[in-house]
Formats: sequence, C-alpha cells, structure tokens
Amino acid sequence: MATEQQPRREWSRPTAFYNHYVKWAVYAAIAVFLVWSAWNMRISLDRIVTGWGAAVGLIQGMVPPEVTTQFKNDLLIEGLVESVAMSVIATIVGVLLSIPVAFMAAENIAPKPVYWTGRGIITGSRALHELIIAIIAVKAVGIGALAGVIALSYKTIGFFAKLLAEEIEDIDTGQMEAVEATGASRIQTMLFGVIPQVMPRIVGLSIYRWDINIRHSTIVGIVGAGGIGGTLLNSFDQYDYDFFLTIILAIIAIVMIGELISTYVRGRIQ
Amino acid sequence: MLSVTDLQKTYSSGDEALKGVSLDVTGNETVSMIGPSGAGKSTFIRCVNRLTEPTGGSVELDGLEITGLSGGELRDARRDMGMIFQEYNLIERLTVMENVLSGRLGYVSTWDAFRRKFAGDDIARAYEVLDRVGLKGHEDNRADELSGGQRQRVGIARAILQRPKILLVDEPTSSLDPETSRAVMDLLTEIAAEDDIPVLINIHEVDLAVEYADRVVGLRDGQKVFEGDPPDLDETAKGQIYRGEEIPEGAGPAGKVVAADAPGEAVTEEGDLRST
Amino acid sequence: MTDYRTWERRTPQQRVGRYVLILIAVVATAVSWQLLQINYSYLGTAPVEFMDLVNRMYPPNVGYTGAVVSPLIETVHIAILGTALAILMSIPVSLLGAENTTPNRYTFLLGKFIISASRSVNVIIWALVFVIVLGSGALAGTLAIAVRSIGFCSKLIAESIEEIDPGQVEAIQATGANSVEAAIYGIVPQIKPAFIGVATYRWDINVRASTIIGFVGAGGIGVELNTSINFFAWQQVLTILIAILGIVIVSEVVSAYLRRKVR
Ligand SMILES: Nc1ncnc2c1ncn2[C@@H]1O[C@H](COP(=O)(O)OP(=O)(O)OP(=O)(O)O)[C@@H](O)[C@H]1O
Ligand SMILES: [Mg+2]
Repeated sequence: MATEQQPRREWSRPTAFYNHYVKWAVYAAIAVFLVWSAWNMRISLDRIVTGWGAAVGLIQGMVPPEVTTQFKNDLLIEGLVESVAMSVIATIVGVLLSIPVAFMAAENIAPKPVYWTGRGIITGSRALHELIIAIIAVKAVGIGALAGVIALSYKTIGFFAKLLAEEIEDIDTGQMEAVEATGASRIQTMLFGVIPQVMPRIVGLSIYRWDINIRHSTIVGIVGAGGIGGTLLNSFDQYDYDFFLTIILAIIAIVMIGELISTYVRGRIQ
Repeated sequence: MLSVTDLQKTYSSGDEALKGVSLDVTGNETVSMIGPSGAGKSTFIRCVNRLTEPTGGSVELDGLEITGLSGGELRDARRDMGMIFQEYNLIERLTVMENVLSGRLGYVSTWDAFRRKFAGDDIARAYEVLDRVGLKGHEDNRADELSGGQRQRVGIARAILQRPKILLVDEPTSSLDPETSRAVMDLLTEIAAEDDIPVLINIHEVDLAVEYADRVVGLRDGQKVFEGDPPDLDETAKGQIYRGEEIPEGAGPAGKVVAADAPGEAVTEEGDLRST
Repeated sequence: MTDYRTWERRTPQQRVGRYVLILIAVVATAVSWQLLQINYSYLGTAPVEFMDLVNRMYPPNVGYTGAVVSPLIETVHIAILGTALAILMSIPVSLLGAENTTPNRYTFLLGKFIISASRSVNVIIWALVFVIVLGSGALAGTLAIAVRSIGFCSKLIAESIEEIDPGQVEAIQATGANSVEAAIYGIVPQIKPAFIGVATYRWDINVRASTIIGFVGAGGIGVELNTSINFFAWQQVLTILIAILGIVIVSEVVSAYLRRKVR
C-alpha cells in the first residue's frame, strides 16, 4: 500500500434509502402521485374564473355580518350556549369514563389481557373522526344535544385515557408499594397510591380536553348532533351568507375564549 | 497579514466589551490571546470577521479594510478567514464530508450548494484534508456520531478547506480533555507552518498558550494589558492579566506589560520586528 | 421574613383558588345539565337502538366494496394534496412567524396572524366556505384541508426554528456563504426531524378529516357515507367504516415508517 493513491474526486451523500436509484424512484413516485392527485381535482381555468367570481360574491354577501335581526341573534345565542353546555358535560362524562380505561391501559399496573383491552378501547376511539361518531350517535338516539354529548364523550376517552395511561406508566412506584405494603387491596392501592400522584395531571388534561371539546361541539351540529353547527349549516343552505359569517365569527370568539380560559387555568394549576 | 487598530465594541446592552484594542498578526506566527472570562476575547475574534459588528476602529486583512464592507464584499472577505469555534459549531445532522465541503460555500452557486455539488478539486482536497487531520474513512459519518476531539478536527478541516489567509480560533480546547487539547493545538500550529498562514487563538489554558504560541497577548476588561514573548509571561504579568494587579515599579520586562490606558504602540513595533 | 410572609399568604390563596375552581366546575356542570334538557328516555333506549343499529349493519355489504374504491382513492388524494400544499405554504409562513428568521416586526405579526386565522376555523367550516366558492367536489376539500393545516404546521415549525442552535448558522456564514446557503446548511438540517414529524402528524389528522368533509359536499368517501346513512343502507355504512379504518391504519403505518427513516 505504499503507492500513492489517486485522490477521489467524487463524493455523494449516503442516502437513507437503500441506494441512489431507490431514492430517485421514491421521489419520482411521490411526484407522479402528486400530479395524479392534482389531475383528479379537475382544476381548470374556467373553474378558477368562476371560483374567483363566487369568492367575490361570497365576500360581498358576507360583509357586513348580520347582527340586527332579533330572532337570528336568539338562534345564535341558543346554539352557542348549547355547544358550550355540551362541551362541559361531555368533558365530565368522558373523563369519568376515561379514568378506569387509563388504568386498564397502563402497562405497569394492568395484567396483559386487560392492558390490550384498554389499548383497544383507546384505538377504537381515536380511529374515527368525531363527525362520524356523531352521525352514528344521531341515528342511535335521535337528533339533538344528547348525540353530541355521546360523540364528544366517546372521543374524549381516546385522548384522555391515552395521555393519562402514559402518566400512570411513569409514576413513582415507591409510593404505590408503600401503600401496598400496608396490606391494601388492589383498588385501595390505586386510590391511595396512584390517584394522588396523577391528580394534577387529571385536572390539567380535563381542562385541556374541554378546550378541544368546545371546538368540536361547535361543528357536530352539522350532522344534527346539537349546538351551533346546525344553525351554521342552515344559514349555508339558505344562502344567508351574512349570518353565516356572523356564526363563524362567533364560533372563533368562543373557541378563543375557551383557549384563553384553558391556558390561564392550566398555568395557574402548575 | 491582519492588522487591527483601536477596535471597539459596545453591546446594545451597554456592555463595553472592547475599549480600543490594537493587534497585528503576520507571517505564519501563532498568537495566543489570553484573559479572564468576560475580557472580550471572543468579541475580538468575532469582530474581525464581523459575526459581531464592531462599533469602532478598523480591521485590515492584507490591506483590505473589513469594517466598511457591505453584503457581497463582506462574504468574499470572509472566505479568506477560517474560523474555528469552541463548541465546534458543526452541522450536527450532516455528514463529515458535507461539513468539510461547506468551507467552499463561498465559492459555489446556491443551486449547486443545495444539490451538494462541489468541484472535483474541492472534493479531492477534502479527502486529503480529512486524511491530514486524522479522519480518513470518516467522511460518511454524521457529525453527531463523532467524539469531541474528532468534531474539532472536522471544524479545523472545514476552515482549512477555505484556503484562508488567516485562521481565527476561539477557544478550540475548552470542551476537550488535556490530551486531545494538545493534539488539536499540535494540528493548528502544524497547519500554520505548512500552509504558511498566521493563527490567532483565544485560549483559557495559560500553559498551552505559552507552549504553542510565538506571541502572547493578554486582554483584561476590554483592554490589551500584555503583549510579549511566551517566556515573558511571568507571575507579574499573569497577576496583571488575571487579577488586575498594578504593575510594580521596575518589575517585569519593561515595554512588554502595556499600561491599561495606553494600548499597544510600543508592542506593535516589536511585532513588526519579529515578522521580518 | 418577606419570604415567610408571601409563603404564608399564598397557601390559603391557593386553597381558596382550588375551592373556587371546584365550585365553578360543579356549577358549570349543573347549569349545563339543566340547559341541555336531555330527554333521558332516549338515553334509556340508546343501548337497544345501538344494538339494533349494529344488527342492521352486520354483515357488511361485500358487493358494495367495488363502489367504495374510487371515493377512497379520492379521499387519499385529498389528504395527500392538502397536506403537501399546507407543508409547502408553511415554509414561508413559519419563517415569517419565527422570531429569529422574520425580517421585521410587521412580517412577524403577519406570520402570527396567518397562523391563528387558519387555526381558529375548523376544517369542516373551511370546507363549507370552499364549497360556496368552488362548488362541491374534491378541490374544495383539498383547499379546506390545506388552509386549515397551514396554521398548525407553521406554528410547530416556527417553534422548532426558534429553537435551533445559532452557532451552526454562524459557522456557515463565517465561511462566506450567502444567507440562502446558510439557511440550507445551517437551518434545514436542524429542523428536518421536526418538519417530518409535523408533516406526518398532520397527515394522520388529515386522513381522518378527508373522510368527513364529504358531509358538506367537499369530496371523498364522506359523500358516500352520508348518502348511505340517509338511505339507511346500514350494511354499506359498515363497509365504508371498515374501509375508512383501513386507510387510517395504513396511513399511520406509513407515517410511523417515515418518522423512523428520518432521525
Ligand atoms: N451578545 C452579547 N450581548 C451583550 N453583551 C455581550 C454579548 N456577548 C458578550 N457580551 C459581553 O461582552 C463582554 C466580553 O465577552 P466575551 O464573550 O468577548 O468574553 P471572553 O473573553 O470571550 O470570555 P470567555 O473566556 O468566558 O469566553 C462580557 O462582559 C459579556 O457579558
Ligand atoms: Mg469566549
């Protein structure tokens, strides 16, 4: 090896894919797929022109937002109040249902079959969008706020139990063992060894979830599950665009207020 | 050669980090700058390539005034100054080769930079330099897979790939163990000699400064308080630099310890003498 | 002494705060319960109704599977294109909305405004708006998903831009590179994991969203689902639900794979 080697004049970056051909093939596949997707949207100049006209018309129809008609204001207030009420009840019910599920889905506490059941419930809750749950709930219990509460509570389980289970999984087992050592039963161990440790987290997560539930409670009405969403869809169906805008602005306001409260309270708790 | 005159820096917080410091670095000498924490060593080096904007004074590199340069001109000037950092400042998630080649970014188009397309000469030289700093075969490793000493070697390789006219080195050894520190200092002085470029090093360890430098500069409180040959750095001078002690009458090599409010003229001449 | 006093004062305050919080929660619950005027007889029959629904759904209509394929593909198109558009747009928006890369205070405010405007409106409402503008179809759905996702992606990416190590950018600048090159070498590699993480996370959300925007006519499998429900074709509904579960699971597997690829 004493001979002077000719220095290499080329270098290419190692790739996360198997080699550079695979890399380019993957990129090309992505590009082709995007083009295919765009093709399927059937975007045409014609559509853009009419779309532009419609957008201008929509904005003219929307501005100024409708605030003067008394019965519409009543509808608006009624819808908003119902949405907020739904979010509160759904949070409470959802959290109460989530706590046992969280214990089931905590690997350090639950026996394997229970653990997998708990995980299954969580996955089931997370898999479908809230509107799909809501639409099924509407078919089961009829149009109205009850369907909304059921849908939101159900969605709360997936979120809340998952995060709480993770919290339980990294608790200090020393405290739990101390309670167990006194001869406490399994349930007692959970009540006195685990719950006090995760209580702040439960409160914080509940308020966080309430914030999310407010957002959802404003739209489940679109499929008939109560709240302001129904009013929104009606105004849309009746081409009542200035009221449509009023409702959207009101929803944004409610959502922001909810977020502010939730951030403030969670800040205070910690 | 680098020639800094009356350099001043006052941060917007009101900190006067440099209160008029003058210094020449010439030939292929290694100049060590020592001083207590907060003396302004990093500020000085960063003002030279204007990573920090000086608020007064002048910096000249081979006759080109750096302080007045705008955008593109400054970028061209920076290509001639290789900088090495205490925390290495490598692009942690890129490969060693990309880090080294990034020293050439001042010479390639943005599009080529994006595609990682560098000239064959640069790549050949990068392999050569990696070999020289002892990292042969590591070109495809990611920077965050390397040890501290290896990372600093990558930092050095990146700087020399610039073919700079001077190396600016800010505390190259503070994050390294003593043995690795020596290896890095050996490497730096070796490069200075081989490539015939001067090196300006900020350093905390006085013994390393004395061992490796051709000249030592002491900074205290934004002012140059010492400049001289390494053997001249006696206890009196150290006391002056690190503890702010008054210069006892007649003590120490006269003309080497610079009075705080008369920065550097006497010494500048001496520096010139040395370089001839 | 001062410490002692503030400490003394705060504890009862905290305790009062806790009672107030509990009180508010109880009152809110009671008032909400009252307001909703839920008819409990429905709740009583709900399990029966639900089992009935399940019975009518089972078995899924296998013959309908063929009809589900094309809307399912449309759903994936909507999710992919919506996410891709959002990511593309969130690059400039996040640069504006990050304190260390925004050119000035006004651009920063503009960035923050785009982010919160996009985030404060639900995707289904965006879908309604785009259906009015563009007529019903997948295009409206894609834009709705894109517009809703911009704020989400930009917010998270801006946060990761604010957390980068500025030393790496400086080192590149010190070599004489221009600012675009400094961004490509100094910023991009640092935010890449966060970027991929955000993109795949949003992709997971968007796959779910693209299954429901059809309820308001914005394309995808939601259109089919809505029609089937309205015609009480419950076995078709189950087929569709299974199909939706399928793409949700496949998409999560894909995004988990991508996240692992990019370290
Ligand atoms: N970005 C900055 N903004 C405001 N003040 C600064 C900034 N950087 C440095 N300073 C101040 O300038 C003075 C000199 O700092 P500098 O980092 O140059 O010192 P140093 O000699 O390199 O110290 P060390 O040995 O700790 O690295 C210090 O008082 C420091 O607080
Ligand atoms: Mg320093």
